[in-house]
Amino acid sequence: MIDAARDLLDNYWVLMPVKVLAVLAIFLTFPLVVGYMEHKVMAHMQARLGPMEAGRFHGVLQLVADGIKFVQKESIIPKAADKWVFALAPAVALIPAILVFGFIPYGPDLVPIRSDVGLFVTLALSSVSVIGVLMAAWSSANKYSLMGGIRAAAQLIAYELPLVLAAAAVAMQAGSADLAVIVERQGWWGYIVGPLVIGFFVYGTAALAELTRPPFDMPVADSELVFGHLTEYTGLRFAFFLLTEYAGIVSQSAIAATLFLGGWKGPFLDGPWWLAAKVLALSFVVIWARSTYPRLREDQLQSFAWLRLVPVSLALLLVVGFLKVYEVGI
Amino acid sequence: MNGQEVAFLILAVIGGLAGLLVVTSRNVVHAALYLVVALASVAGVYLLLAAPFVAFVQVIIYVGAIVVLILFGIMLTRAPVGRRVLDNTLRARVGAFVVGAGVFIMFTVFLGGAFGDERIENQGATATEALGESLFRNYVLPFEAVSVLLLAALIGAIVLARRD
Repeated sequence: MIDAARDLLDNYWVLMPVKVLAVLAIFLTFPLVVGYMEHKVMAHMQARLGPMEAGRFHGVLQLVADGIKFVQKESIIPKAADKWVFALAPAVALIPAILVFGFIPYGPDLVPIRSDVGLFVTLALSSVSVIGVLMAAWSSANKYSLMGGIRAAAQLIAYELPLVLAAAAVAMQAGSADLAVIVERQGWWGYIVGPLVIGFFVYGTAALAELTRPPFDMPVADSELVFGHLTEYTGLRFAFFLLTEYAGIVSQSAIAATLFLGGWKGPFLDGPWWLAAKVLALSFVVIWARSTYPRLREDQLQSFAWLRLVPVSLALLLVVGFLKVYEVGI
Repeated sequence: MNGQEVAFLILAVIGGLAGLLVVTSRNVVHAALYLVVALASVAGVYLLLAAPFVAFVQVIIYVGAIVVLILFGIMLTRAPVGRRVLDNTLRARVGAFVVGAGVFIMFTVFLGGAFGDERIENQGATATEALGESLFRNYVLPFEAVSVLLLAALIGAIVLARRD
């Protein structure tokens, strides 16, 4: 039975749809779990209960109910908007966010699309999502949206640099840009023991800013800009943007876990469950940061990236290179 | 025609069309967005040539950074939605045509002179390792020269931006 299944999976035309379905399943479940977690974790941190009704048990189906609500809502395109760009923007943001999930190593042999340069693929895909945000911001013909877009662009340019540099330090240490190889060369404790722990914090901070999550949520600051580039969006298109955000949290957590925390490796029984646990733990930290820190001011945000994170990540690159050349083990 | 050639043809048509739209589009933001398509199709061509590292760096640098910077610049200065931006004077058009035609002729002459009718054999995928090796071992001097050039551009930009 298992052998027959294995033979069947050797066929490319059988394997490919299975991979696509598996990646889609991950894409459609994990972001919802994180979204629900955000509702509940934030609620409990603020001494309230959060959703309690939908799905009987502690509101577990709240996000499904939200999804049904979004589908029913009218899809409005403002009269002054640039219709095509406005309509296409959610897709431009969402599609790269889905594709990233195809390149993450989920287990020893569970890599949907293995690539020699997997690390760069994931970085490239997450940088494409920005174009969708800018398209939405400009095409809405709304000054709050445009302001949000400008802030988003400035922020993403600034934080892309430390993000890539921290990832490059890992690639240097592992001697490969293949995500599967990077995991294989780590112990189950990952790169968290050693100088790369600084890289983990730099990467985490920069990723939080890339996702425009609090305390780096200047582009959608609700008290100043209504909702930034999302202001004019309704219904399904709005839901797609929200889905992009939560999928981004999951995929960035997965990449961070892969790069620094040993990916699917664990102290016992290696497998995808370890990656899932690490992703959920990192997502929890993302939510925790949201309910703990106040929003940064725009100039603080910029100077933090250019004057703190960039020099630190450059120094880290230097240290890792030095240790690598003189073969001091990490 | 094999699969690779068909894929190249599709990418070439998309990239060429997008490139044309970049220069003919009446709206600067649309032009920048068509530029994304053109640059992405170039990345696709790199993928077809079995150079995945160059392809994804193309996406990170050009789509993720340069076009975002261009869009940022446009949004910061002027980007009226709907209203058309027409500042293409005849002089600008003639200048653009001369530069474009010059670059086109230069590339056809140089590439034709360099390779002629030579057929380049299909090569295996370039390993990222081999690329790094040749860049930092055989071509380290040009590489450093380029970084000095970039540094000069950076300092020039700061000098231009400072008012005092």
